[in-house]
Amino acid sequence: MAFMKLKTLIIGSVVAAASVAGLAFAAGGGGTGDYHMEHKDWSFNGAFGKYDRAAAQRGYQVYREVCSSCHQLKFLAFRHLGDKGAPFYLEDFPNPNDNPYVKNFAADWNVEDIDSDNGDTIERPGIPADYFPPIFPNDAAARASNGGALPPELSVIAKARTNGPDYIYNLMLAYSAHKPDDVELTPGLYYNPVMDGGKIAMAAPLSDGLVEYEAIEVEDHGKIKTIPAPEATVEQMSSDLVQFLAWSADPKMEQRKSTGLMTIIYLLILSLLLFLSYKRVWRNVKH
Amino acid sequence: MSGHPSTYEPKYAAAKWMDQRLPIIRMGADFMTFPSPRNLNYWYTFGGILALCLVVQILSGVILAMHYVADVDKAFASVQRIRRDVPFGWLLQSMHAVGASMFFLAVYMHMFRGLYYGSYKAPREVIWILGCAIYLAMMATAFLGYTLPWGQMSFWGATVITGFFGAVPVVGESLQQWLLGGYSVDNATLNRFFALHYLLPFVIAALVGLHVWALHHVGQNNPIGISAKTKEDTLSFHPFYTVKDAFAIAVFFVIFAIFLFYLPDALGHADNYIEADPMKTPPHIVPEWYFLPFYAILRAVPSKLFGILLMLGAIVVLFVLPWLDTHKVRSMRFRPIAKWFFIIFIVMCFILGWCGAGTPSDVAIPIGKGMTFYVLSQIATVYYFAYFLIILPVLGLVEKPLKRPDSITKAVLGEQKSDADLASA
Repeated sequence: MAFMKLKTLIIGSVVAAASVAGLAFAAGGGGTGDYHMEHKDWSFNGAFGKYDRAAAQRGYQVYREVCSSCHQLKFLAFRHLGDKGAPFYLEDFPNPNDNPYVKNFAADWNVEDIDSDNGDTIERPGIPADYFPPIFPNDAAARASNGGALPPELSVIAKARTNGPDYIYNLMLAYSAHKPDDVELTPGLYYNPVMDGGKIAMAAPLSDGLVEYEAIEVEDHGKIKTIPAPEATVEQMSSDLVQFLAWSADPKMEQRKSTGLMTIIYLLILSLLLFLSYKRVWRNVKH
Repeated sequence: MSGHPSTYEPKYAAAKWMDQRLPIIRMGADFMTFPSPRNLNYWYTFGGILALCLVVQILSGVILAMHYVADVDKAFASVQRIRRDVPFGWLLQSMHAVGASMFFLAVYMHMFRGLYYGSYKAPREVIWILGCAIYLAMMATAFLGYTLPWGQMSFWGATVITGFFGAVPVVGESLQQWLLGGYSVDNATLNRFFALHYLLPFVIAALVGLHVWALHHVGQNNPIGISAKTKEDTLSFHPFYTVKDAFAIAVFFVIFAIFLFYLPDALGHADNYIEADPMKTPPHIVPEWYFLPFYAILRAVPSKLFGILLMLGAIVVLFVLPWLDTHKVRSMRFRPIAKWFFIIFIVMCFILGWCGAGTPSDVAIPIGKGMTFYVLSQIATVYYFAYFLIILPVLGLVEKPLKRPDSITKAVLGEQKSDADLASA
């Protein structure tokens, strides 16, 4: 129900469906049939959780090789990939514009620009300062290529759904769920119980071995660690993708949590000192 | 400004010079030495907490406004830019959004305290009315501010709320168009909402000034509701209440920080991370948690206009409360019957909030055939109005209060103690 950008669901039916469905309190909270959402224990959960950088790097690979044929990362620039706390951050390159990964990824995309000499519209390889370019020239073109459905942009998708990371993970896996008889699919629609109503216009995007993972070198406190390539199962690719999209939606999470820890320790000490001051100031006063 | 004789004596020539021309130092000094009842408990710290909430919202908001773009095509992206690229923008944006919830949390505590201890009764009616005006301005500000990120809930929330004005008989449609600056929520709406969202906090600040002025003119109420009569009944605001308020503020900020740093989205709605799309209605349009009780009242009746009138009435009734509760005793500590009705009132407020979050046709309580949220919200709405319009006026005539102490000092020290004991204390 969350992204009802299906041609068949025009506003009238949306309103009707909304009043019937009623189950999902928030976008993506639903699910149909016997499917039960799997709640994964993500590395970034909890007060001290961090992103798994190797997984997020593989997640970017999955995005680039699979998702990016339809979905944009609208609010992400290439340079963001090399920011502190980002999957491709390198200590030697505090300015992400110099980061070799970032430069390569940017150059891998074509970006529309204006030739400053003659004003012609040209395409040139991307630079780190560019934002991820749109996949389709406009929404109408995107719908036309996708059977009427508009592929949502993915840079904040992990926040735009209730329990976003679990939602994305389960959405990728739930294609294999058994379709109940009462769900009728029209051509161009697929069964996916994570969607409200169980219908989705996106065909199962992942299959085992779809991407070829390589070993990844990750910097950890100045030391280079080599993470061997895992098997590219649907589960593995899905959870890698979640790591990447979770970072993309909340790139300052690690900074936020560490700032929070210091702030709360400071406030607790302050509270204690103020409480002792209070007790002292009031020590001879009955109240 | 304050109602107690000034004890300030300028020590330096410059201070004396200033005192004869603009006694602003005297005003501050008198503020700090203001005689406050000695028995104020932690419920009385929310005034100070609220003042700080307003400061946090204004400071973070002014900086956010430097980076925000009020344009339907750019607003959502500008918020993303604040969260990703503006130095500490992630902190300011979360602080402002979470801060709004904290502000309402504190204001509800403050209001419940006022209701329980009868802080609205003579001679504090004007303080209470100003407080209601502040609350109303806060609601308007929060609503306008929620529109600015231009997410799905922003857009559709604004559409629903401004739609209320369309329900006004005869002039409704033109009134709605005048407010929106067009036929629907669009760029003109966003721009005026931004302008008003920036304006209203300063109106609130001015109202807070009046609220505190009136408070200092008549003096604070206190948990036993008996006016301070002697010097022994009171303590200087500083250091006694500055230190107590400071402790409470620090603890409040710990709770604020937990939400800000670890649960920044817990009080929001996932749909607001989807850019506004006028062509696509979200499956459930729900307001922020602090509006849920009023949303439940709105939906408790089938008629739109009647629902809106009820919702407005729920706030208007607060303004006239000082004349509805005619009982002479202020504090509910000494009103054994009213106390229980008050506790039920609090429970009903929470139930209304729960109903506001639920879908009216869903079963809320599985008794009998199942009580739906719709029926439950009707029961709670009836109680909400009955509390103010029937229960309090009737109790004002019939309720016999418990025996009350003669003074704050006697209440604190017990009847047998004399003033001499106090002097040595």
